[in-house]
Amino acid sequence: MSSLWHWFVIFGTLASLAIFLVLLFNNRKTSGEATTGHEWDGIQEYDNPLPMWWVWMFVISIVFALGYLAWYPGLGNFGGISDWSSAGEVRRAQEAHEARFAPLYEELASLDEAALHDSRQAMQVGRRLFINNCSTCHGVNGRGAFGFPNLTDSEWIWGAGFGNVKTALTNGRQAAMPSWQAALGDQGVLDVTQFVLSLSGSEHDAAAAARGQSQYQTFCVACHGAEGKGNPALGSPDLTNDIWLYGGTAERIAYTLRNGRNGNMPAFSDVLSADQIHVLAGYVTSLSKEEAQ
Amino acid sequence: MNHEFLEKNVGALIVLILVAVSFGGAVEILPMVFERAAAKPIETLKPLPAVQLEGRDVYIREGCHVCHTQMVRALQFETQRYGHYSVAGEDAYEHPFLWGSKRTGPDLARVGGRYSDAWHAAHLADPRSVVPNSNMPAYPWLFENELTGEDTAKKMEVLRTLGVPYTDEQIAGAQQAVAGTTEADALIAYLQSLGIDMRNYQGGGR
Repeated sequence: MSSLWHWFVIFGTLASLAIFLVLLFNNRKTSGEATTGHEWDGIQEYDNPLPMWWVWMFVISIVFALGYLAWYPGLGNFGGISDWSSAGEVRRAQEAHEARFAPLYEELASLDEAALHDSRQAMQVGRRLFINNCSTCHGVNGRGAFGFPNLTDSEWIWGAGFGNVKTALTNGRQAAMPSWQAALGDQGVLDVTQFVLSLSGSEHDAAAAARGQSQYQTFCVACHGAEGKGNPALGSPDLTNDIWLYGGTAERIAYTLRNGRNGNMPAFSDVLSADQIHVLAGYVTSLSKEEAQ
Repeated sequence: MNHEFLEKNVGALIVLILVAVSFGGAVEILPMVFERAAAKPIETLKPLPAVQLEGRDVYIREGCHVCHTQMVRALQFETQRYGHYSVAGEDAYEHPFLWGSKRTGPDLARVGGRYSDAWHAAHLADPRSVVPNSNMPAYPWLFENELTGEDTAKKMEVLRTLGVPYTDEQIAGAQQAVAGTTEADALIAYLQSLGIDMRNYQGGGR
């Protein structure tokens, strides 16, 4: 604030307090007459002094205001004796929160995967983190939904294991399956669809699958592999099992081929601390461990 | 001042009452109007690109701001959930503000990048497909309506008169950028932009 407005604020604030005090004390006394002299239809008004409790309340509130303006910021650029600010207050609260919970997370983060699974506390903290941050896509139980992977099964598109899960949480994942409509044409899409169905032993049209195979070997093999086993480094899924992120019917597979898929897992390094991600990764891998038992 | 004079002259009474109550307003509002310190944009703030700008208008049309705020308050539990509290400089190009005042749904000021585009699409088409206990309405028509972009350049020009620094190239290319985009895609692009300028300003993290 420039010094002009700084003084404007100080002057305006203090002048208003002063004017109110002057008004109060000028009107406190009475004229000495019994009535004010008004008369409406025979009704008169007593000229009583202001009640003392009311005058004192007024004076006390002005004294309080002066104390408030001295302690808190209010007078232009003067920050007050306490130097209070809402930003400072939230920072102190954040630091207090950090001081309370950082040692807990630090302790849990020193555990390895197996120890995390065995720690009741780590699993409870991990579950809470999961529900707050992951359940919106992967579901409360981690079973996923259309387009959002099931975390309780054995299929790991970007690679199984604690380390891969931790990487996914920290950096996110961006899959990129392009649209193959232009390259394959309408008939090609249907043929490759039948071949993809054959990879998992699903019901398929053998003739169409045979036609689709050569196109698969040209276009799809780079990511999904010659045998359709996928490639965790690229996030291309295994096509030989019955787990389908975007549906395993002929219509769904054809749609995927025509339009491509760009699955995206957001990065959580901005949202969660490294220690929290460690605990959360332990919880996530525990989900598929339970399923296996 | 004579008491009797004020009691018998309503006009003078009104004027003096206004003077008495205007001190607070004068002290709090006038410096803000003339200094415009609060309207100084953060260094990383960029005007919304054409598609996001149209998405913002879809956001307003569908009344998203009625249930969602875009205002993270400076309170620990809010910054823990959403990220850095909102600052004035983030909204320097907002006409009008979409701060909102009621949270039936969560705050959206930091929602950019929190979910994938596919999640937003699934969530707008049928919120309960991804959040089973959500009470948000579905917006299936957003996926059918396509934007023409015929008014986008005009909107940008008007915003420029209000101080949003759109370039001539942006305005010239606006219609082409928007034409053919579905309302859902525009809205999702807008949602994914929320809070990104502030994140860049902080250099990531909270």
